[in-house]
Amino acid sequence: MLEIGGQRFSSRLLVGTGKYRSNDEMLRAIEASGSGVVTVAVRRVNLDRADDAGILHHLGADRYFLLANTAGCYSADEAIRYARLGREAGFNDFVKLEVIGDRETLLPDVAGLLEATVVLAREGFKVLAYTNDDLVTALRLEAAGAVAVMPLASPIGSGLGLLNPYFIRTIKARLSVPVIVDAGVGTASDACLVMEQGVDGILMNTAIAEAADPVRMATAMRLGVEAGRAAYLAGRMPRREVAVPSSPTTGLLD
Amino acid sequence: MQLTINGSAREITAVATVEELLRQLALDPRGVVVERNREIVRRPLVATTPVRDGDVIEIVHFVGGG
Repeated sequence: MLEIGGQRFSSRLLVGTGKYRSNDEMLRAIEASGSGVVTVAVRRVNLDRADDAGILHHLGADRYFLLANTAGCYSADEAIRYARLGREAGFNDFVKLEVIGDRETLLPDVAGLLEATVVLAREGFKVLAYTNDDLVTALRLEAAGAVAVMPLASPIGSGLGLLNPYFIRTIKARLSVPVIVDAGVGTASDACLVMEQGVDGILMNTAIAEAADPVRMATAMRLGVEAGRAAYLAGRMPRREVAVPSSPTTGLLD
Repeated sequence: MQLTINGSAREITAVATVEELLRQLALDPRGVVVERNREIVRRPLVATTPVRDGDVIEIVHFVGGG
């Protein structure tokens, strides 16, 4: 059971709702993922389009735990503004806080992120902070009041997988709040490898939405997360630089 | 009355409140969040918050995102 900011979730997989080819495909993929948490973005209503109904029209407002993000924000002030707007929608006090520092890599601006975390935590927000895989930043975010820290596996939407297992393990080992790896997984083996590091969960979007068959990939991700978690809990055997036979070395024929 | 809504100048038949504005734009007040001159209009105050000529209004909702 995953618990973040006093809220319990049955799945360790959290999924985004962006980039799907159709709403129907999105709904079926989320269902297949087994996730109870979906992220959403705050954007202007398009007043020139009568059919701009917003995602809740398709998703339903009570089926999933809605996690509003501050995607697209490049400063602490902007992110705080978006977080407040998201909270006013009235679902919960949680926010997936992103403060982006670079348009090419979408890597976080950790100074802005820390600043926004301090302000929002003080306002009662449950901040889940999207950050890089830097331990010191993760520790500062926890100290600033984040209820979860979300280091990347690799850049947003890159699908490059887990670039630095050691840093992710180190962050998990040192933090008390849940560590949710956010961004970068490309396929189920990436999800499995991430979970094998002992982290509490994974948040992903593109890997499912941009798969040729998102519903099938969502199933694969659910299984990958479960497999990785089970393997972590099982405790892997040590790595050895020598071979050790699996069959008895006694009782062999002359 | 003249308003700036979501970044565009708009001529609107005069309204007194944010709720009236949303109705004129055919929006369900329960499905959107409104900022008036950079201040969030709290949900319970949508019906009573005034709209004045020249106001800068932002109307947002949730869309798909990661």
